[in-house]
Amino acid sequence: MSSIATPISKHGHGNEPAADNYLTHGRGILSWALTIDHKRIGLMYMVFVLLSFFIGGIFAVLLRTELLGPGALFIPKDEVATWRLYNHFFTLHGAVMVFMFIIPAIPAILGNFVLPLMLGAKDVAFPKLNLLSFYIYVLGAAFMLYVLVGGTLSVATGGKINLPGGFGLDTGWTFYTPYSTTASKSGVVAATMGAFILGFSSILTGLNFIASIHMLRPKGMNWFRMPLFLWAIYSTALIQVLATPVLAITLLLLTAERTLRIGIFDPNLGGDPVLYQHFFWFYSHPAVYIMILPGFGVISELITTFSRRHVFGYQFIAISSVAIALLGFLVWGHHMFTSGQSDLTSAIFSLITFSVAIPSAVKVFNWMATLKGGSIHLNTPMIYALCFIGLFTIGGLTGLPLATIASDIPLHDTYFVVAHFHYVMVGSMVFAFLGGLYYWWPKMFGKMFNDNVGRVGAIILFVGFNVTFLSQFIMGSLGMPRRYASYPPEFQIYHVISTLGAYTLSIGLFIAAGNLLHALLWGRKAPANPWGSNTLEWHTTSPPPHDNFAVQPSVGDPYDMHNWVKKSDEEGYVLDPDAPEPTSPGHGTSVAH
Amino acid sequence: MSTAADLAHADDPHAHGNPAHLAHHFDTPAQQFTTNKLGMWTFLATEVLMFGGLFCAYSVYRYNHPQVYLWAHNALDPFWGMVNTIVLLASSFTMAWGVRAAQLNQRGLLQIMLTLTFLGGVVFMCVKAVEYKAKWQHFLFPGEFNSLNAEFKGRDGKSPSEARAITIEEVEHEAHLRSGAEPASAEGGEHAAPATETEVKPVQHTQNSADVKSGAAEHAAGTAPTEASKEPPIALQAIGTVVTAPDLGNESAAIVPPTMMASGTNSKVDEKVGHHLTTYSELEPLDKSQLQTFFSIYFMMTGLHGIHVLVGMGLMVWLFLRASAGQFTSQYFAPVDLVGLYWHLVDLIWIFLFPLLYLIH
Repeated sequence: MSSIATPISKHGHGNEPAADNYLTHGRGILSWALTIDHKRIGLMYMVFVLLSFFIGGIFAVLLRTELLGPGALFIPKDEVATWRLYNHFFTLHGAVMVFMFIIPAIPAILGNFVLPLMLGAKDVAFPKLNLLSFYIYVLGAAFMLYVLVGGTLSVATGGKINLPGGFGLDTGWTFYTPYSTTASKSGVVAATMGAFILGFSSILTGLNFIASIHMLRPKGMNWFRMPLFLWAIYSTALIQVLATPVLAITLLLLTAERTLRIGIFDPNLGGDPVLYQHFFWFYSHPAVYIMILPGFGVISELITTFSRRHVFGYQFIAISSVAIALLGFLVWGHHMFTSGQSDLTSAIFSLITFSVAIPSAVKVFNWMATLKGGSIHLNTPMIYALCFIGLFTIGGLTGLPLATIASDIPLHDTYFVVAHFHYVMVGSMVFAFLGGLYYWWPKMFGKMFNDNVGRVGAIILFVGFNVTFLSQFIMGSLGMPRRYASYPPEFQIYHVISTLGAYTLSIGLFIAAGNLLHALLWGRKAPANPWGSNTLEWHTTSPPPHDNFAVQPSVGDPYDMHNWVKKSDEEGYVLDPDAPEPTSPGHGTSVAH
Repeated sequence: MSTAADLAHADDPHAHGNPAHLAHHFDTPAQQFTTNKLGMWTFLATEVLMFGGLFCAYSVYRYNHPQVYLWAHNALDPFWGMVNTIVLLASSFTMAWGVRAAQLNQRGLLQIMLTLTFLGGVVFMCVKAVEYKAKWQHFLFPGEFNSLNAEFKGRDGKSPSEARAITIEEVEHEAHLRSGAEPASAEGGEHAAPATETEVKPVQHTQNSADVKSGAAEHAAGTAPTEASKEPPIALQAIGTVVTAPDLGNESAAIVPPTMMASGTNSKVDEKVGHHLTTYSELEPLDKSQLQTFFSIYFMMTGLHGIHVLVGMGLMVWLFLRASAGQFTSQYFAPVDLVGLYWHLVDLIWIFLFPLLYLIH
């Protein structure tokens, strides 16, 4: 126990194990399955979402392996069967990763765990609804699993066992009509119903977060004293609530089309397949920001904490999140430059798409400015954050040639697009997710991880990632189309490099997983505040008690860290009321009051 | 509406101890009430966007094919639509009254109002069932049950073209009855003149002309093919006189039944109302192939709306049981208030569906 006599420090960061924390509060499987504690719900999401990540990753490795050579590698004597199998690989990779991993990853895991803590609240606004969202996620995932198991069984038994309506999925994760409604023999209905249900999980989570942020902020925390992670989560929630219902109705129409042949999207029956694309991208482009905005929030926290410096341009970062969320609704047409929409429409969409670059760049510049003059601590989360800045910059800038109509026409549906969005989805979002996971891991489980192993894992991941996808930029600009199982031999060198990179990337992920699991089981006990951050979740014990805070923490500038003084590795940072007033002009001055 | 209770709570300090309905993570009942309300409004926003997708599909297809909507809406009876509109509006009124009763601690009145609202839902769904049954009988169910769908396989012992003829004849017949004009079947239904493969009829296409010659044209057309019938339709379209094959575009013309011919040539103007009843034969071939999209959209919209009404009725039962258990007081009536909001939204969506689907001119 520290010697400081403020009520916060008395309860906030004692180093003795708390008598009762949320992990030990209630035992047995039912105390988890029926919990309405946001922290436990966050952990349950983590188990399922990370399992999905693993499954999606298996398909990524499988499809990259098939691409090692231009011919049919998996079933050499039956090329057509190989190509069919490949279609299932890339579709399931995309569908599982998008709907079951990337979209829920940061909001449902980190958001659920951290958001009420950051608000100094006891729970989210609607705890029961939160549990319901989790079970809706599990139900949606079960539909997807049915498709997966059906496909696997069918392949494994050579077509002898076929689950009804469950033979894999080969439409691409976008379910484009009319292929998905008329031609495909795969489990489109089960998969779209799965995505439909998963969407409701996402909607309800977003609704919960919006209500929590509006109504549960403690006294003294006005909008511009909120941690930037919450701004990002709030912007994300806006998109989840406003865009996902459109996906729901689209998938419902798609299902009705496929089962009843209602002909809304089928030209043979009077429908319009391009309408499907408009509907789909009206959701799925904003969904890209559902994926990346929470990552921005995590990175804002990491950069300022590990620079030991007040975040630069707080308001710009906060507002840019909302700006991206709103602009994100107006750019869906840039997915459809080759779909026959009018030139004027394309030009307008192109222009608005460019404007998304402005708030994105605002964020990157503010992070850089935060780093400048900071005292940079290269802990594992910070390594991920620095990798993020580089990778997101590449991912963002390669979006511009795709937003330009003239250069998009040749690049459309090539590996250039694949590389671009993987730089944003994996290079940015997954790096931010892992950085955030490392950052909050001590808070979640009260255990410290091995920083050196963490750093090595991050760097291997970084190298593997770049090897995988830089080569895809090159082959894409040379004209290699995406989603093809076979290719002319001159592309083989790039595919081989890319596949080797994918293997390296997997090793980096396994190191991260092993390190975190090792910490969970055998890690050194974590202090209440190992990083010296001032957001409220660090004002309580690690792991937090069932009710989050023994004593309500006082709210201040979330990025004014000068009161926190490092004692030792065991004690972490503790509040020192006698700490000198900040001398650097960056400290505590740029937040609106 | 609830501000009085709100304010009462806002000043209420913790001293009295927390009421049972206050969840542990809220400080005051007022905070909890406002949060719940915000959550409900956010949920309603998602509902609006979900229906928004359907309204968007509706707008696109109506803009692209206005004639399709002009003809197809004849299958809907505005009388039933109006009945349902009145029923839902009345049930919204009883719902609002119920919220007021809950706020004033009038448990009996609340139960009455919830029951009336529930009954409003029952009447609405019954009317909907009557309407759906008529669609089923007219071969107008969505998808492959719709005789206007290119993939229609025939039903109830009728071949696709027979069923289609029945659909067209009945839809136009009922529309004429409703508009007060003489029914099509009176002149065409019993004609039973066998059609020939090449039969093509000239039809006056000018929209707003109160066509005095149409009667004569009908007679000519009903008895024998005219000279113009030998001409390819497209050539004639170019010079303004639309000649439309009464077959279904790409379907075989051999089995076009006579009833359809007769009704098909009725290019009528209702002299009382003064608006033109679009007939099937006036439609362009492309429009004919699009007709079924109207019914797909109609069923998706009203079906999704109907599911929402059913959910609302379930909520009324839930509220009724809780009210019977005496769980609502002037201090705690949030569930009644929130379900009320939901019910009003369901009502509001119908207010848009009714004119968009039933009242097309």
